[in-house]
Amino acid sequence: MSRPSDHFDSPTPAETSIPAGFENKPGKPGRRGKQGTGGDGDITQPRLGLVGYLRWFWRQLSSMRTALFLLLMLALAAVPGSLVPQRSSDPNGVTQYFVDNKTLAPILDSFQLFSVYTSIWFSSIYLLLFISLIGCVIPRTKHHLDALRTPPPKTPARLARLGGFTTRTVGEPASTADAASRPASSAAVIESARKLLKKSGYRVATFTDANSVSVSAERGYARETGNLVFHIGLVGILLTVGIGGGFGYAGQRVVVEGQTFVNTLLAYDSFNPGRFFTDSALAPFTIKLDRFQATYETQATRSFGMPLDYEASVSTTEGGVPNASTIKVNDPLSIGNSSIYLLGNGYAPTITVKDPTGNVVFTDSVPFLPQDANLTSLGVVKITDGLASQLGLIGFFYPTQDKTASGMSISTYPDAQYPVLSLNVYQGSLGLDTGIPTSVYSLNVDSMKKLTGIQTDLPSIELKPGESAQLPNGLGSVTFDNVKRFASFDVHHDPTSGWVLFFAIAVMGGLLTSLFIPRRRLWVKALEQDDGTIVLEYAGLARGDDPKLEDAVTDLTTRHSAAIAAVAPANPQATLGDSSTNPVGALSGTKNP
Amino acid sequence: MTQALEQYSVILIYSAMAVYALAFIGFALDLAKRSSAVKSENMAAGSGSSAGVAFVGQNTGSGRSSATALAERPTAVDAATATAAAAKGTGVGTGRGGASASDESGQRSMTLRLGVTMTVLAFVLQLGAVVLRGIAAGRVPWANMYEFSITGSLLIVAVFLVILLREDLRFLGTFITGLVLVLLGISTVNYYVAISPLPPALQSVWLVIHVFVASLGTAFFAMGFALSTAQLLQNRRETGVEGGRGLARFLNFRLLKTLPDSVRLENLAYRINIVGFAFWTFTLMAGAVWAERAWGRYWGWDTKEVWTFIIWTIYAGYIHARATKGWRGSRSAWLAIIGFAAVLFNFGVVNIFFKGLHTYSGL
Ligand code: HEM
Repeated sequence: MSRPSDHFDSPTPAETSIPAGFENKPGKPGRRGKQGTGGDGDITQPRLGLVGYLRWFWRQLSSMRTALFLLLMLALAAVPGSLVPQRSSDPNGVTQYFVDNKTLAPILDSFQLFSVYTSIWFSSIYLLLFISLIGCVIPRTKHHLDALRTPPPKTPARLARLGGFTTRTVGEPASTADAASRPASSAAVIESARKLLKKSGYRVATFTDANSVSVSAERGYARETGNLVFHIGLVGILLTVGIGGGFGYAGQRVVVEGQTFVNTLLAYDSFNPGRFFTDSALAPFTIKLDRFQATYETQATRSFGMPLDYEASVSTTEGGVPNASTIKVNDPLSIGNSSIYLLGNGYAPTITVKDPTGNVVFTDSVPFLPQDANLTSLGVVKITDGLASQLGLIGFFYPTQDKTASGMSISTYPDAQYPVLSLNVYQGSLGLDTGIPTSVYSLNVDSMKKLTGIQTDLPSIELKPGESAQLPNGLGSVTFDNVKRFASFDVHHDPTSGWVLFFAIAVMGGLLTSLFIPRRRLWVKALEQDDGTIVLEYAGLARGDDPKLEDAVTDLTTRHSAAIAAVAPANPQATLGDSSTNPVGALSGTKNP
Repeated sequence: MTQALEQYSVILIYSAMAVYALAFIGFALDLAKRSSAVKSENMAAGSGSSAGVAFVGQNTGSGRSSATALAERPTAVDAATATAAAAKGTGVGTGRGGASASDESGQRSMTLRLGVTMTVLAFVLQLGAVVLRGIAAGRVPWANMYEFSITGSLLIVAVFLVILLREDLRFLGTFITGLVLVLLGISTVNYYVAISPLPPALQSVWLVIHVFVASLGTAFFAMGFALSTAQLLQNRRETGVEGGRGLARFLNFRLLKTLPDSVRLENLAYRINIVGFAFWTFTLMAGAVWAERAWGRYWGWDTKEVWTFIIWTIYAGYIHARATKGWRGSRSAWLAIIGFAAVLFNFGVVNIFFKGLHTYSGL
């Protein structure tokens, strides 16, 4: 079995004379019933026992219809993942979805709709598809390897019903020609056709029978090779992603200017190891962010303030060797076995809090999360110890502050031209001892009291770099020392990507070969007539889509005629008769249905 | 300077739209004439066999083909020469037999030629608009929704015109010019944005490659879609009871009679769709390479990635369907149509309403 039994090849002429290997296979009796469109032929077969059923099941699974069905199911199954936020790509979206849709979310969750692409149902579809694919490809590969070693099959008895059928007559009828003007022997004529075809890249074989000599030629084996490479490449991609992906990891880390990141598990803000990850996969390197530079549009008024370029200048050490490099968006840094990507950036105001006696209880550059295009940023400072009570600060940072008519602060430009930090102070319990993990970027104010800002007696504390202010209730003081940039880096290690690329290129190459290289057979048959002339028949057969089949036959006919004519001058009376008067010729040009 | 160029670009787009509208009218008149021409012919000659009609249809128009295939078929030769004569040597003759119809055929070729000429003219105008936009922006003109739309629709027309050089598919002119008009209309009204510099995320050669190839693939899918639709209608006519039903009846089959038969349409659709599929496969891979470069992972099931995958899978299904018994013909045509619907959805809906990393629509 070369192809699935329900594989539909290019339409073949209704007539019988189709060489083996080209008909739509009806299936081998005893092993498989007619599967055709009915598909249930096997039910009427003699019972074959467990093995028989397994075999039947396997054939069903590796049939074209199953593959088609699974492909369409896969397309359908991928849709919900784009409608509902996914844990893998948008975890915050999922959290928000649960808040917004309190009843619906758990139901969707029970169907794994927040992790569609790793869900049981999605996985089963593609696993079945790939099992089907393997079941389909193995026998085809075997068959194809055989075919590559087999010469083209015997010329069909009747060519008249095949594609582009054309005839030509060589030589004059015996009545008008003497023996000397006899055309070249049919063997010689066929030999010249054989050479022509061979030169055009066809694989050829000549056949002789009682009344004819013929050459049978085939080309385009690469079409099937390409198809197999394509499908095997898909399996390759799946396997490398599925297995190899488990050895990689991805981690995120925010680094403020001046800070150094050491590639250890603890240094990451978040970390997603692959299934087979071990600590030893972390290559030992360090990265210090020397400087982060953002360039914004300052010329064009309409796009004023749009980012033009981000560049992180870093000092790295790897195996004790120091180095300086830059990391940009779309231009990662390779170090160790990993790549470092620049995915985000923002401001990290350096904030110092002192107790009433002037002892520093907190000082750090705190990354603030950008909220809009002009980098209005939001951040949180939590002071657990050292003051009379726990303190939380919610800060807004405006790189270039301005006030609206209503007195609200906004940022009007993303660069730090007129930086202002505005702080709301909360006093009470930070809730850190409840054991529930909390984010450094959010403050739970449930058991805290707001001391400054809207709805309090005091305005928010507003500081420019270098300024200090007293905290309310005599708690101490807060200083905005300066502001630094931070960069958020993604560190990825993926041992598979090279292989995936390799298979992807194989898939692409296989696809192009398989879609655009025509596979066809051509035949030239010489029939010696009683009157001494030779009738030449030309025909072709396409396998798969082949818009140029008829052109190919025509072209062969022309070139062959020219080749014979080139020999003919030695034999001036040998002429080529056009077949338009030949009754058989009236059929030529008929298209295959 | 930049602003002036940008203005000229917009003016050119509007001019192109006006000319496309003329082309649309030309093509539409042709379709109308086809109906009436066939009607009068039917009254004169009775309904001809659809196979005969199709036969002539496939061999005229390309000019080169009639030589060998038709040389030995006296009747077909007559028909072909008659039509060709009627078409005044332009290689038109979108095939029906019967010299009685040569009058309509002559008029038809006029409107058809008008349609093609106007399309070429509009194409040149639009090309100018796209190039000016690119020059004004100092980068490739496909970095936001508006720019995708003008470049993508330009490519649709380009693909259409190039295919016209090889196959007489002018009967699709109404669809193509109509589609491009709608796309241009929507994008100038809803998506227009002033030129802005490329954000760092888009500063990559992959923007040039990935987006361009995606648009090219879309252009082929659009043609394939039109052909598959024609195929379905034609198939209804061929298999339907005399008189037919539904849409095919509304067209009263007359127009359809002047088109290639459904098998021929299916083959054409297939050939064009597989080119689109090859481009789409490349788009998907180039996208993955870019994602790996920009975000550190080649695949993350981002919404846009999901839809690119869905489209790819549907068309893979289409190609399979063509090779599966019982699925060739109308069923596979439906898959091509669904595939193109997904392409439009991906462009028009996913880009704008779905949340994801690909928020570069510029809106
Ligand atoms: C991951 C799933 C699959 C995908 C994405 C896929 C995709 C494709 C594509 C794009 C083609 C056309 C290009 C070419 O010929 O190389 C094709 C052809 C083909 N596929 Fe698959 N395929 C899949 C699974 C299968 C399976 C399971 C079978 C076996 C039942 C199969 C059998 C075939 C055959 C026989 C052809 C040649 C069709 C023809 O004669 O035109 N494929 N496939």
